[in-house]
Amino acid sequence: MSLQLQTNIAKPDSFYNRLIDMQRDLSEEEVQMMNAKLILLLSNHIGEEEVLFEAMDLAKP
Amino acid sequence: MLNTYDYPEFDYQQSAEQQSGELKRHPVVIIGAGPIGLTAALECANQGIPVVVLDDNNTVSIGSRAVCYAKRPLEIWDRLGVASPMVEKGISWQVGKVFFKEKLAYQFDLLPEQGHKMPAMINLQQYYLEEYMVNECERQELIDLRWKHKLLSISQNHDIATLVIETPDGVFNMEAQWVIACDGANSDTRKMLGGDFSGQFFQDRFLIADVVMKNDFPTERWFWFDPVFHKNQSALLHKQSDDVWRIDFQLGWDADPEGAKKPENVIPLLKQMLGDDCEFELEWVSVYQFACRRMDKFRYGRVLFAGDSAHQVSPFGARGANTGVQDIDNLGWKLKLNLDGKAPIELLDSYSEERVFAADDNLMNSTRSTDFITPKSKSSRVFRDAVLQLAEKHEFARPLVNSGRLSTPTPYLQSSLNSEDEDAFSSCMAPGTNCADAPITVSGHSSWLLNHLGGQFKLLIINEDAAHSVEQGGVKADVLKLGTDFDDTERLVSQRYDGEQGAVYLIRPDQHVAARWRKFDEAKIKAAIAKACCQH
Repeated sequence: MSLQLQTNIAKPDSFYNRLIDMQRDLSEEEVQMMNAKLILLLSNHIGEEEVLFEAMDLAKP
Repeated sequence: MLNTYDYPEFDYQQSAEQQSGELKRHPVVIIGAGPIGLTAALECANQGIPVVVLDDNNTVSIGSRAVCYAKRPLEIWDRLGVASPMVEKGISWQVGKVFFKEKLAYQFDLLPEQGHKMPAMINLQQYYLEEYMVNECERQELIDLRWKHKLLSISQNHDIATLVIETPDGVFNMEAQWVIACDGANSDTRKMLGGDFSGQFFQDRFLIADVVMKNDFPTERWFWFDPVFHKNQSALLHKQSDDVWRIDFQLGWDADPEGAKKPENVIPLLKQMLGDDCEFELEWVSVYQFACRRMDKFRYGRVLFAGDSAHQVSPFGARGANTGVQDIDNLGWKLKLNLDGKAPIELLDSYSEERVFAADDNLMNSTRSTDFITPKSKSSRVFRDAVLQLAEKHEFARPLVNSGRLSTPTPYLQSSLNSEDEDAFSSCMAPGTNCADAPITVSGHSSWLLNHLGGQFKLLIINEDAAHSVEQGGVKADVLKLGTDFDDTERLVSQRYDGEQGAVYLIRPDQHVAARWRKFDEAKIKAAIAKACCQH
């Protein structure tokens, strides 16, 4: 399987809203830690190395 | 400081060749009588090569230094007859605990597979290990151990290396067909030859201390990330024999290495870790900075580099001494065949090829551990801490925790000495892999498979009728046949070597698989021996 780049989230606004809401009232350090955990949790859920590496490459500046 | 160990002092003796002024040519001269040099001496003697070992000092390792010895080196030492006192004196352990701040993040069990003679890991102070090997070297007629012999310079032509040696009686010259440089990370031999030694230096310092204490801590490896008693750094506690404990503290790059070593600075640190009630005494303290680097190649003309002189890794994962012993395992039989005119110098290049491959694997693993233990940037620190926090509750994050991946042998899967599989086999024991041990019965007595392999080429025959010894270019492979030479009482040989449908293994003298087939075929075996010896 390769990285899904078509729309896959049913309710985009709801998802994005929750993502931003999570960060409200947190310090910069707390946000960084939260984001790192989120990446680790989701990466494990995806599991497939090929997909993960493709996403990493795509995310690079 | 306390002493649980009396350092032996070995006698210097003037050699006959220095006394007479006669220039002698030796088949093999080893520089350095540390764990790797002593192993090299025993391996050469085991191969029937007379060997001279030179060391500029006259005692064993000061302080415990290398502490953890893994199964494969123990198997090699067992072949050389020195493993039993090590295993007897050493501490076997298999549980490791990893703490993050004040909490247990997770624990692991090495869970060694049953049916192997040697334990997964022992802890033993390096001085004991060296002492046992010195004792064995002194029993061996082929080994000439010379203390207080310092190498001053070395020159070489195509066939011979000339060594200039200094002893308390002055300076003299020796010649050697081969030199094995086992003189450690700061190898003078390497400097004399202008050997390339590059890699990564880590901007960090560690304090290691041997502490004597009697307590009821379990025999486990305890590792702390960012502990309350040593904020923002890491620490390690590990048991050795004689109630000596190894304690490591990460100090950070700004620490003053001389000041940190002073008892008035070390003792308060230990008190914070062990608690005020714990009675302990300091035995030895050292501060070090480490590097992950290797030489570009391990053969420079007639000089072969082994152990830390060839490659240096961070201490996380016990990869230094363990991999050095495996260098020697790889080297001994190749030297013997070359000295006997049965293999060209190319076979010594395969030493470099195979052990550089193993060194790179070690370097990769130890660099990864180092990056986890000492994150290089603020955001990698955040990821590291996130892993440790998640590991407490969630199983998925535990394999990401890296406080040192313990040393296991690197199979030479790509080696030019291997003959590729033609028949279908399961992937374990593929050509290039070190042989797995298994319990066997020989003439009604319990024994171990590895005790019957090694030293010479062997043909391990499992569930296959036709078999006889095979000779190729002066190299003979004798048969070790299931049913005739041994019984597979627990069926573990058949299982571990995928032998139910019949198997013929060509085993190298270093107990590594060179080739394997389902059926005995003399022509194929001859070709595989020739390939494994670089005979053309």
